[in-house]
Amino acid sequence: MNPIESLIKDLADQHGRKRESLLPVMQGVVQQEKFLSEYSMVEIAREMDIPAAEVFGTATFYSFLETKPAGKYIIRVCRTITCAMKGKNQLLFAIQDMLKIKTGETTPDKRFTLLETNCLGWCHKAPAMLINDEVYTEVTPEKAREILTGYMKDI
Amino acid sequence: MAYSYQLKRVDFIFRNENDYEKVLSATIKKKPEDIINELISSELKGRGGAGFPTGLKWKLTAESKAPKKYVICNADEGEPGTFKDREILSKVPYKVLTAMAVCGYVTGATEGFIYLRGEYKFLEEELKKVIDEFHYYCKEINLDFTIKIFMGSGAYICGEETALMESMQGRRGEPRNKPPFPTQAGYMNMPTVVNNVETLVHAFTIFKYGAKKFYDLGVQYSRGTKLFSVSGDTPKPGIYELELGMSLQDFVYEFGDGDTKAVQVGGASGFLVPRKKFKDTAIGYEGKLVGISLPTGGSMMLFNSSRSMFNVLDNYLEFFREESCGQCTPCRVGCQQLLLGIKAVKRGEKPASYLNKLLKLTETMQLTAKCGLGQSVANSFSSIVENFREEMIY
Repeated sequence: MNPIESLIKDLADQHGRKRESLLPVMQGVVQQEKFLSEYSMVEIAREMDIPAAEVFGTATFYSFLETKPAGKYIIRVCRTITCAMKGKNQLLFAIQDMLKIKTGETTPDKRFTLLETNCLGWCHKAPAMLINDEVYTEVTPEKAREILTGYMKDI
Repeated sequence: MAYSYQLKRVDFIFRNENDYEKVLSATIKKKPEDIINELISSELKGRGGAGFPTGLKWKLTAESKAPKKYVICNADEGEPGTFKDREILSKVPYKVLTAMAVCGYVTGATEGFIYLRGEYKFLEEELKKVIDEFHYYCKEINLDFTIKIFMGSGAYICGEETALMESMQGRRGEPRNKPPFPTQAGYMNMPTVVNNVETLVHAFTIFKYGAKKFYDLGVQYSRGTKLFSVSGDTPKPGIYELELGMSLQDFVYEFGDGDTKAVQVGGASGFLVPRKKFKDTAIGYEGKLVGISLPTGGSMMLFNSSRSMFNVLDNYLEFFREESCGQCTPCRVGCQQLLLGIKAVKRGEKPASYLNKLLKLTETMQLTAKCGLGQSVANSFSSIVENFREEMIY
């Protein structure tokens, strides 16, 4: 059994193989692999006995279930109104500049993916961003550079 | 107005009560009907934004006959400008759990879920610990009730209760047709109570202090307090618990930066109130005798005169276009066309009168969209376009 097959089997054992378990299983794969490849989705469908098209349809509905290859650290910058008013663009430019990628891209070393996302619920401390599940608030470009430098050191 | 409301700060929600065990065991000694009547007499309404009477919701679910029932706490807080539920779950989670357990007792449900949005995953671990402790106590008093966390994955629409249940059943978060309402056929087609996080905390307050204490706060039709998430151009952004029924003018005195041009009440799906209407607007549920009253899920975003209302509307529409589930045509195509439309008017490719066509389109959406998302785009769109028409054109 290859690693993805066994990961999916473990997740299905843990959460169950009913349709209600589909989201937790997919979330588990994303947690580990950072995204759901076509192969993973077919494998989930087989393991849980759900049509592959249904798995694909469900996965693509949710913005946190990536279906494109993503880096080890997914940066999600909030683009909704308050963050947009409080310097989201400057923050994005700083990150783009530092990582040499555009929004929506992944660095060639597969470490970072930069995305924009909708309201993160930190409007009183805007601008905000998520790196994987970690929240950063009131992120100035300067602060963003420091945070990212920390992540870059971590191998 | 006959009566001038001052802002009244209250401290119920985040007050640290170290006696949830006592409240729970005392409450479940009462008869379910008595608990429901207590809730009904408090006039507590849902704090997620829609404002359905909570006692009635519990009652309807209690009366539905079914082999299984569920209680769901809706923590899919996605409305732009709202961040109160996160604070509740990190500061006073046990109040939420207690109210869920009481709801289980009243309705006959033995399973509860907290639908937590993916953006708040960092809360999960701590919350699990609190739930484990809570389960331990439930066993001690022989209350058969368990709570699980269900993580969302980044979809605004899943805050709509039927979309939320679709999502929990492993499907796309597409709202269902209503009726049947969740109180009859909800999660797994069984009767289900879906309550907002804050609503449950208010229920806890009512169980502990009695309905009267709650009822005495606020104004007619809008009883009790409400958490407000204040953000935007304000010197003191944050979360504040205030009595319902305040005038927007007073609110702006307190939170504005002296140059407030407009306030968005209720997030992107709510209404934008321009300066000239501050004093005629009260914050509460509909039914007040004078002026306009606006309900809110608690989102209050202030804009000062440096902000372009075109950019604000553009940002909202981008949001809706992306978060529309795509299931029904009025919302899917409507959001896209509104966005294209205002951009075309701004660039001068369409005449200013095209805005009237777009306003008509929002009316159609309000009438024909399947759920609250598509229906409420009209709120912010018309209130911005009608009050700041020049900014849309030039």
